[in-house]
Amino acid sequence: MKTNDLILQTVTKVCAFVIILFSISIFLGGHYSPGGGFVGGLMTSCAIVLLLLAYDLKTVAALLPIDYKIMIACGLLISASTVAGSWLFHAPLMTHAYSYFNLPILGKTSLHTAVLFDLGVYLVVIGVTMTIIQTIGESE
Amino acid sequence: MNNIVFLPVLLPLLTGVILIFFARKTGIQKGISFLSSLCGMAVALYLVHYISNNGIKVLEVGSWKAPFGIVIVADMLASLLVLTTSLVGFAVLLYSFRGIGKEREKFYYYSIFQFLLVGVNGAFLTGDIFNLFVFFEVMLMSSYVLLVLGGTKGQLRESLKYILVNVISSAFFVITVAYLYSVVGTLNMADIGRRIGEAGQPGIITVIAVMFLIVFGLKGAIFPLFYWLPGSYFAAPIPVLALFGALLTKVGIYSILRTYTLMFPHQQGYTHELLGILSILTIIVGVIGAIAYWDVKKIIIYNIVIAVGVIAFGISLMNQDGLAGSLFYLIHDMIIKAALFLLAGIMMKVTGSSSLREMGGLIRTNPGLGWTFFLAAISLAGIPPFSGFSGKLLILQGAAEKGAFIGMAVVLISSLLVLYSIMRIFIYGFWGNVTSYTPASSVPVTKLLTPAVILVAVSVLYGIGTEFVYPFIIQGTEPLVDPQIYIDAVLKEEG
Repeated sequence: MKTNDLILQTVTKVCAFVIILFSISIFLGGHYSPGGGFVGGLMTSCAIVLLLLAYDLKTVAALLPIDYKIMIACGLLISASTVAGSWLFHAPLMTHAYSYFNLPILGKTSLHTAVLFDLGVYLVVIGVTMTIIQTIGESE
Repeated sequence: MNNIVFLPVLLPLLTGVILIFFARKTGIQKGISFLSSLCGMAVALYLVHYISNNGIKVLEVGSWKAPFGIVIVADMLASLLVLTTSLVGFAVLLYSFRGIGKEREKFYYYSIFQFLLVGVNGAFLTGDIFNLFVFFEVMLMSSYVLLVLGGTKGQLRESLKYILVNVISSAFFVITVAYLYSVVGTLNMADIGRRIGEAGQPGIITVIAVMFLIVFGLKGAIFPLFYWLPGSYFAAPIPVLALFGALLTKVGIYSILRTYTLMFPHQQGYTHELLGILSILTIIVGVIGAIAYWDVKKIIIYNIVIAVGVIAFGISLMNQDGLAGSLFYLIHDMIIKAALFLLAGIMMKVTGSSSLREMGGLIRTNPGLGWTFFLAAISLAGIPPFSGFSGKLLILQGAAEKGAFIGMAVVLISSLLVLYSIMRIFIYGFWGNVTSYTPASSVPVTKLLTPAVILVAVSVLYGIGTEFVYPFIIQGTEPLVDPQIYIDAVLKEEG
């Protein structure tokens, strides 16, 4: 018998976006409020897992054509380069810097290099979670 | 520029990450990891040179001052061990090019290899007890993957045991750090050492010291806690085994050396005597194992246990000679164990078996292999011009100074039995009649032999050039004998 999961799929289409937006908000707000790269990444992968539940591995792979192992490597590279980058400015490694910028829409905003490090964490967390789930899901 | 201190960690980290991108292209992987390994050795050599001229170098990561941020501390002890690690890493990498096989290479072998070096170098260089835990985990997780990679039945069974033991010991490590933090309120090793010194090491600190001994004893395979080691190491493929045998247990020993000289040297009556007794028992158990087996791998694996015991005995003496001997022997042992495992691997490739009963007459078919093994064997036992001698001599001097005559006798007799166990491999494997082998593979032996020859040559030079090496060893021992040197270097303002 073929099951009809129309309701699940329709709800997922809406919810996945909401979850991803919320996870990005949590990720960006990590410096001032609870959250950060780890929870953000975990929640983004939750959205993808929801897609996996509603659809199947092939559909999601066509929807998001990402090699998550490369994503892990990219995340590690971003974080490690942030750490190493302070060397170029003759500061001890992992020294972070921040400044205020006047951005077009957001106005006066402080940008901090710690966000770059967090971006690496974010990508690694998504990559690791999705690699684990996909590998287990694919193996017979 | 102080940042150079962190380069032995950063370089393999970046290499490992970049290698993930080239997972399927083994040629590029080999090229990149070879270059990175060469750079790593150059950096480590420069570091040793730099420290010998300028004294202890401290990097305050993220520009935060000492007790509040993480510090990376390169003293001579850490730099020498980093140098040895990069040398061993280079040789094992060379062996892996021919000896590990395509199916492992394509599944991130070289990346994980680099991450293991990150963990080991980081553990040697860090000056923060929780950071030490993190680097231990980096090292252990890489070792889990290296142990299980390939997925044969033996590997799966033994990695399960290995992971179980290490997860438990890691949990114990966290608990111990939690106790320590609740007593002294700091995680910086120099600051911990200073505060314990001020408090005069009350009873609870002695309890924590013994807990650290259990944790690091589990990692470093000291007497009642060594039971996981023979089986787990036996399952690993040869280059991985060489890496494990040379590096992993030595990080545990280094941690005992660091904590027992820097943090807990104030009430030696209990803790150091306990360490002394356990180390003597470790030597005895190791010797029994080394003599009992007819398997080349098993014999050398039990020789790791013996060496751990000898080094720990040197640490327990807590005098200049004993500590210098321990450091000297530690470096010697890292090099020679890697060399012996690589040589055993080549013997297994030639004969298709690791049992001594199925070997014989190898000296006729492979004379180069035979004489390299002979040199490695007598270096291991500590025959005078070679590298095992000076370390043991210093440890014995330290023991005589302290009046630890039982330990002295055990170390001396153990040398004899080590020589017996390793010569048995030589006699049964290399002498006698050539038996008909079924070679395990058609890999040309000469190319596999190169890294082993490099290691044995370094080991021989290390033994002959004792006069040249000795000042470095003494400089490495200074902060161990007088922890105030280390504390002052890290906590500059208060110092």
